[in-house]
Amino acid sequence: MKLSREEVKHIALLARLGLTEADVEKLREQLSNILENFEILKQVDTSGVPPTSHPVALKNVLRDDEVRPSFSPKEILANAPQEEDGCFRVRAVLE
Amino acid sequence: MVSEYDLTIHEAHDLLKKRELSSLELTKAVLERIHQVENRVRSFVTVTEDIALAQARQADVNIKAGKLSPLTGVPALIKDVMCTRGVKTTCSSKMLSNFIPPYDATVVERLKAAGMVMVGKGNMDEFAMGSSTENSAFFTTHNPWDLERVPGGSSGGSAASVAAGEAVYALGSDTGGSIRQPAGFCSVVGLKPTYGRVSRYGLVAFASSLDQIGPLTRDVTDCALVMNVIAGHDACDSTSVDRPVPDYTKSLVPDLKGVRIGIPKEYFVKGMESGVEQAIRQAIARLKELGAEVDWEVSLPHTRYALACYYIIAPSEAMANLARYDGVKYGFSAKEAENMWDAMEKTRQYGFGPEVKRRIMLGTYALSAGYYEAYYLKAQKVRTLISREFAEAFTKYDALVTPTSPTVPFRIGERADAPLQMYLSDVCTLPVNIAGIPGISVPAGFVDGLPVGVQIMGRPFSEETLLRVAYAYEQATGWQKRRPKL
Repeated sequence: MKLSREEVKHIALLARLGLTEADVEKLREQLSNILENFEILKQVDTSGVPPTSHPVALKNVLRDDEVRPSFSPKEILANAPQEEDGCFRVRAVLE
Repeated sequence: MVSEYDLTIHEAHDLLKKRELSSLELTKAVLERIHQVENRVRSFVTVTEDIALAQARQADVNIKAGKLSPLTGVPALIKDVMCTRGVKTTCSSKMLSNFIPPYDATVVERLKAAGMVMVGKGNMDEFAMGSSTENSAFFTTHNPWDLERVPGGSSGGSAASVAAGEAVYALGSDTGGSIRQPAGFCSVVGLKPTYGRVSRYGLVAFASSLDQIGPLTRDVTDCALVMNVIAGHDACDSTSVDRPVPDYTKSLVPDLKGVRIGIPKEYFVKGMESGVEQAIRQAIARLKELGAEVDWEVSLPHTRYALACYYIIAPSEAMANLARYDGVKYGFSAKEAENMWDAMEKTRQYGFGPEVKRRIMLGTYALSAGYYEAYYLKAQKVRTLISREFAEAFTKYDALVTPTSPTVPFRIGERADAPLQMYLSDVCTLPVNIAGIPGISVPAGFVDGLPVGVQIMGRPFSEETLLRVAYAYEQATGWQKRRPKL
């Protein structure tokens, strides 16, 4: 499984991960190598085998919708890179 | 007599109870030890000296009032992946280097209620991704048994601190071996409980179907004591299992009569060091002497697919969990950017280190259109087969015994730029996470002065059996009494 530079850039875009050109080349090589090793899974016969998403078979876990104490906006905003008027400040989404 | 900083929890407890030692004296001895060795070992991202001293004084007040539980007044380190109210929680990442959580993880809350003295937060591979602690964005932790070597990872700071006398016990987290492998590398006891046994609330998520918190301690008795406090259902973690918690110290009996132990041959892998293999074979022989029935002919043929299965599932879950780091709500935020998308990409470019980026890329690829079925779904099906194989084996055996890692601790830098080779150091531990079963690593001796760990695996919620086997072995060998010379 050899990845192209374009594929690496496409994946980085999906993950919103900025990469330098040198990163792209290094990741292209490393990911290709790793994926090649993962080809081994093709040897396993999984026909009729259900997938496991979770080790414990849990159904939906529900609780009563009761009012409980929560964090104050001040506590939550204390870690905000930028805040304004009790809100997280973000860059313009539409320009 | 051993130095105060080298006591186990139960030894310290006995002295505290008899008032031959105060928590403040013990805590000061540990802090003094940290000052002596930390510039060489580097287990801590943060030393919380003031908090420790205040908690120790409070513990002494409680002890005087007759309020003494087994962990009261005993100094501990918490891996820096668990939230601590008001104390920086970094995940050893630039992304969270200034993050101060507004709440305690459930395990931290429980330990505080049990009288913990917190001496600090432990260094780790960034976001728990790695097997050597070299992926910390801040610095590498050194193995107390040989400072030129890695302590293992990702809970390297936790394991090294306990081995070095910088904390009496520690909490770690284990997604593919991150408690057991460093425990083996540092000659301490490390338990990854059954998935759902310990609450993950407040554990910064890496791979949510694999992550589990557990103790790193100087002996098996201490492991049971910490489990007694941290195990149990938590309404804040919907994947924690509502099931009674036994008194784990009751399973500490020094014989193994009637215990059926299987040795899966696939774990004696190619590339395994001969010294490690020899140590493990000796350990198994010892288990037999203690009364266990040992079957050397167990085969778990799907083991060879576990590594690939794991390194598709874990990065896939990680890429989803790490999508939250967008530079808006908390954590690092790139200032110089043209627009919103550019800011997000730069935040993640400068905030994450190389291994985290590699795993995000791998996971994104495995989940992307056209590859989902070939990689992620395929891996989930192989996961089913691996779990079934374990379940089948546990109808015949009470425990399976293997090496914790195929090698002794490797040299710092040796595998730093070879991701696949690094991934191989978890080859014996990650099947346990895939199946959600418990696994413990116990000191099994030394090869040329470097520690070896033996791993014991069991059926879901059989921590008592694992502790029994581990305890009997430990009592018969005494490896747990060795301390590194620093």
